[in-house]
Amino acid sequence: MDDDAIVVEGLEKSYGSVRALRGVSFTVPTGSVLGLLGPNGAGKTTVVRILATLLAPDAGSARVAGLDVTREAAALRAKIGLAGQYAAVDENLTGFENLEMVGQLYHMPRKEARARADELLERFEFTDAAKRPAKTYSGGMRRRLDLAAALVFRPPVLFLDEPTTGLDPRSRLGMWETIESRAAAGATVLLTTQYLDEADRLADQIVVIDHGSVIAEGTSDQLKGEIGGERLEVTLEDAADTERAIAVLAEMSGERPSVQDHVVRAPVQKRPGVIAEAVRRLDGAGVGVDDIALRRPTLDDVFIKLTGHAAEEDEAAAATPEEVRA
Amino acid sequence: MSSLALTVSDTLVLARRNLMRIPRQPDLLIAYTVQPVMFTLLFVYVFGGAIRTPGFDYVDFLMPGIIVQSIAFGGFVTALGLSEDVQKGLIDRFRSLPMSRAAVLTGRTSSDIVLNCLSLVVLFAVGFAAGFNFVDSSAGEVVLGIVLLLALGYAFSWIFALVGLFSSTPETANSIGFTLIFPLTFASSVFVPADTMPDGLRQFAQANPFTTVSDAVRSLWIGTPANTDVWMAFVWCFVLIAIFAPLAVTRYRKVAAK
Repeated sequence: MDDDAIVVEGLEKSYGSVRALRGVSFTVPTGSVLGLLGPNGAGKTTVVRILATLLAPDAGSARVAGLDVTREAAALRAKIGLAGQYAAVDENLTGFENLEMVGQLYHMPRKEARARADELLERFEFTDAAKRPAKTYSGGMRRRLDLAAALVFRPPVLFLDEPTTGLDPRSRLGMWETIESRAAAGATVLLTTQYLDEADRLADQIVVIDHGSVIAEGTSDQLKGEIGGERLEVTLEDAADTERAIAVLAEMSGERPSVQDHVVRAPVQKRPGVIAEAVRRLDGAGVGVDDIALRRPTLDDVFIKLTGHAAEEDEAAAATPEEVRA
Repeated sequence: MSSLALTVSDTLVLARRNLMRIPRQPDLLIAYTVQPVMFTLLFVYVFGGAIRTPGFDYVDFLMPGIIVQSIAFGGFVTALGLSEDVQKGLIDRFRSLPMSRAAVLTGRTSSDIVLNCLSLVVLFAVGFAAGFNFVDSSAGEVVLGIVLLLALGYAFSWIFALVGLFSSTPETANSIGFTLIFPLTFASSVFVPADTMPDGLRQFAQANPFTTVSDAVRSLWIGTPANTDVWMAFVWCFVLIAIFAPLAVTRYRKVAAK
């Protein structure tokens, strides 16, 4: 296999007059995890559908595992696993039967497919539920079964479209561990998510897209570095002190601090004693401090800075391009 | 494996999957068998006395027609199943797998054949209980009639496959099936001889493939004179398959999860 398991160049896709992708390019080195971030409607699912051979791009090209996604789609399907947003499991079949079926459709010998189904169901802690029809499963269990289906064949490239959306924290953690173990075993993973902590934990590289274009890429640390360093966060006892607090912190930081509710944020150089100094100065100015902390920027900060809005809002954009039917 | 062998093996995997749901959804099985039983009883006992079928008992005339209608609608399970697969995103999973592109559809249509055999058993049981008898037919003719019915069922499975792939929900598939195809079975000789119908409707009924197939089965089972209809009925089945199977496969390639 090439050094890069996924090479995407200038992908474009429109649904009618809606331009879902406007020239998306990125590469994913073999054996690494790429987090594809973006708000709803940014084009994440469209990228995944093109790479998983479900949708043909209007322009541009993409190679996965060395194969062209349009011209060599049939051969490529034997090298990929897909877990979508829908938890695509057959509700009338049991967990075991679902996995057995998928294994057989990857053309694994039946015996092997069954052994693999048992193994995955055990690892995902289905125990007795493995013998129950999937319609009796909770949402989280369906998601886990869907992911297990993508893993049946141990494909070298995995596409996971928002694999943990709607999962409870425990299931999420389990899902993360599974993804990490596949990556550790050498699989290349492309993961879309709206959860920045998820990208932070799992992804080696992050690509942020919005309105169908890549707006940033790099490691989590690089992205955080781009929007600046440490910040002092001061939660005030009394909002009436806001102006005085801003004056004090502006002196320390050299930049005008930002204010949100009772919290004043000021970029500062990290140095010993910076918190103590701030407390002394605020106290001297008669500002009551409820809480004070030095905080590194999170991916959420990066996201808000890049897209102008938070990652998990934006539900209003329900009729998004990626949900328009192909 | 060759691509044909792959298609066959994928088809069998999916046909098995489709059949496994049947015993788990007894309501589906009941709906599937109760309707033809109701129709048989209604027509034999409610309308039967008032409908003239010179030379034959009405029940002998009716049963081939009822069976034609029921078998044609057997493919309805395919429409429901496919629209469900589309709605739930399973179609995406299948399309991302290295499996035969036709197998999702051939798996459906083949499992329909098995279901149609089941419903034939039920229909014969009800028919015989209501007094139906084969009239002067050889075993070969009886079997040929059954083969013709299964061919018709197979053709309609492809029509319903297309309906299922165009429907955004199983409910839509349901109403398309019943508003478009159901009336066609009435404007034919399924329930009454076509000669008594007014001009216009009569010509339509005579050209209706439901008429051709019903008359063909009657000629095989109760000896009505309509022998050319038998091969014509097979031709109809093949023509329907030749038109609708490629349409359904083309649609399947383009369809996306909703």
